Amino acid sequence: METLQQLEEKLKIQLIQQLNLAEIKPENIVSDAPLFGDGGLGLDSIDALEIIVLIEKNYGLKIVNSEKVKEIFYSVRTLADHIYQNQKP
Amino acid sequence: MKRVFISSGNIVSPLGFSAEENFKNITEGISGLQISGNYSFSKEKFCVASVNEEKTDHVFSQFENPGNFTKLEKMSIISIAHVLKASGINLGDKNSLLVYATTKGNIDLPDGSSQLKKYDESRMYLPGMLRIISNYFKCANEPVIVSNACISGLLAILIGKRMLDAGLYKHIVIAAGDIVSEFTLSGFKVFNALSDEPCKPFDAARKGINLGEAAAAAAISTEKFSGADEIEIINGASSNDANHISGPSRNGEGLFQSVMNTIKNFPVDAIDFISAHGTATPFNDEMEAIAFSRAGLKDVPLNGLKGYFGHTLGAAGLVETIISTGASKQNMLIATKGYETHGVSENIHIIRKTEKKKINTFLKTSSGFGGCNASILFSKT
Amino acid sequence: MKNFISRYCIVRDSKINLNGKIIFEQETDLNSFLINAYRKFNINYAKFFKMDLLCKLAFIGSEILVKETGMLSKYKGNEIALVLSNRASSLDTDRNYLKTIENKENYFPSPSVFVYTLPNIMIGEISIRNKITGENAFFVSEKFDPELLFNYANSLLASDKTNCVLTGWTDVDKENYDAFIYLVEKTNPYPGTEHDKNQISALYYKG
Repeated sequence: METLQQLEEKLKIQLIQQLNLAEIKPENIVSDAPLFGDGGLGLDSIDALEIIVLIEKNYGLKIVNSEKVKEIFYSVRTLADHIYQNQKP
Repeated sequence: MKRVFISSGNIVSPLGFSAEENFKNITEGISGLQISGNYSFSKEKFCVASVNEEKTDHVFSQFENPGNFTKLEKMSIISIAHVLKASGINLGDKNSLLVYATTKGNIDLPDGSSQLKKYDESRMYLPGMLRIISNYFKCANEPVIVSNACISGLLAILIGKRMLDAGLYKHIVIAAGDIVSEFTLSGFKVFNALSDEPCKPFDAARKGINLGEAAAAAAISTEKFSGADEIEIINGASSNDANHISGPSRNGEGLFQSVMNTIKNFPVDAIDFISAHGTATPFNDEMEAIAFSRAGLKDVPLNGLKGYFGHTLGAAGLVETIISTGASKQNMLIATKGYETHGVSENIHIIRKTEKKKINTFLKTSSGFGGCNASILFSKT
Repeated sequence: MKNFISRYCIVRDSKINLNGKIIFEQETDLNSFLINAYRKFNINYAKFFKMDLLCKLAFIGSEILVKETGMLSKYKGNEIALVLSNRASSLDTDRNYLKTIENKENYFPSPSVFVYTLPNIMIGEISIRNKITGENAFFVSEKFDPELLFNYANSLLASDKTNCVLTGWTDVDKENYDAFIYLVEKTNPYPGTEHDKNQISALYYKG
């Protein structure tokens, strides 16, 4: 069973690939830095929708509650946390 | 600049096969939207406004064998033929042009749902589809195809007007069409843009669009049509928000610019109503409210017609213009079906009830993916 | 009223041609070609990598012209019209989107692909990059149509609202690509070419 940290590293690679973040390397992404907005990776609303697809495709988790989306998608860490806690064993 | 007039036109939609039939249903508050679970790609139910293909085939069989044409081609040919008959225009004349607006053309072909007898990849290309239509009408000039997202139908009218202004043609038939397909349903769904219930433009509880399908046509000319209650195209403009490719700008800048260019020096209190885009997404309707308010149009009665037709994409601008010209001629304000509780931050005046009112001038607007916007001012002569 | 084609750019056959001079050449697939051109011209715009091939192609052509002509310092954003055209609309990307929905066992429609399934999105991308807010139009035709673009650009320039038109043809379809983008202005700042149908046609076919 992989650790939370391993999951974070895997997520960084998947995000770069799924969101076409071609100029960014996994080591450039700080796990607890914001993903969205000016300070972060500069992701936008379409990226958020793609992340929803990524999570369903790679981890079988459906994200339905749009209120919670902002919390879950805050950073790589919060995303990994959500997957870690909800993933089927 | 020449004076350019627009004819009554034709609409093929779930509400009928003529502009009159569509208009009558709308004034009676009837909507073409229905909850449908008939899609093979999903168990889900969708709220859509679909044109009945059997009825279409029945009407179309007076023209040609339905098996040789796609759904959109049939709807379009019916619509254009009606307008040619009513106006006496002949597309085989070198002085005439067909301008056709669509976002996706025959995008239902890969579905397998098409009734077209033999699959033909060339029909997936818009010029391929228009070749079929052009051959049917023996067009002397190659049709001009406008594909500019959801402003296509309205933009096509503006483009046609500019061509007439330049003296390039004597008569232009503006036509438009789009159909509902797995392609568009799945795409808008993944964008969380679809409502599973009839849409509620400008309403506080609005949660998204319904897709609809329609074909429409109207003639424009520097010559008057019927002589009584002619509608003239006064001015128009398009613009871009330059903000985001799918979301509208938060301050409605692009739409505001387009409207300001269109209404220029026209007195705001002489505009009798606005036919807005009103897709019923949280962002679009809010953006429009802000733009209209900035333009000083807060008190002008405004409606959205997508509660009757759904969002007909490339056809929307033309369908909604045709209903609005009908409303002008009948001196009526049409209610915004689906609107109950005011749900935008600006206090714009949304029409709740269909009722009589003297109309001279109306403003039509459209907005679309890619940040585009268009508006046209129409007036009785 | 005479207008002028001040500058043009052709992207075709593994080459980028600016006003008759080859400024970049590389025999490779279109995606690599465009990314390498992006790097060669020191374009710094992360959103480029999210674009589909059609938008990447239009973007590179317009970037080169914008830099070359200095049009953004000569004209306000709302004075510039964007009028583009092609044959295949967004079919190349439509096919990619269809791939994400055709397998019902592995059904994951992609929002980032879907957003590019309209040909006018390239106008949106160019607008956002350069803060261009003027008139828009996207036409689809079987072949490049010099007469249509000529007439429509003139029509826009005849108004006092539009003072320059970035226009042309940008097509991507399966393995084939072809872009011819040019700038039409009311005055002629360089030894340019008079804006007429024959000139447009000559530049398109011969470069």
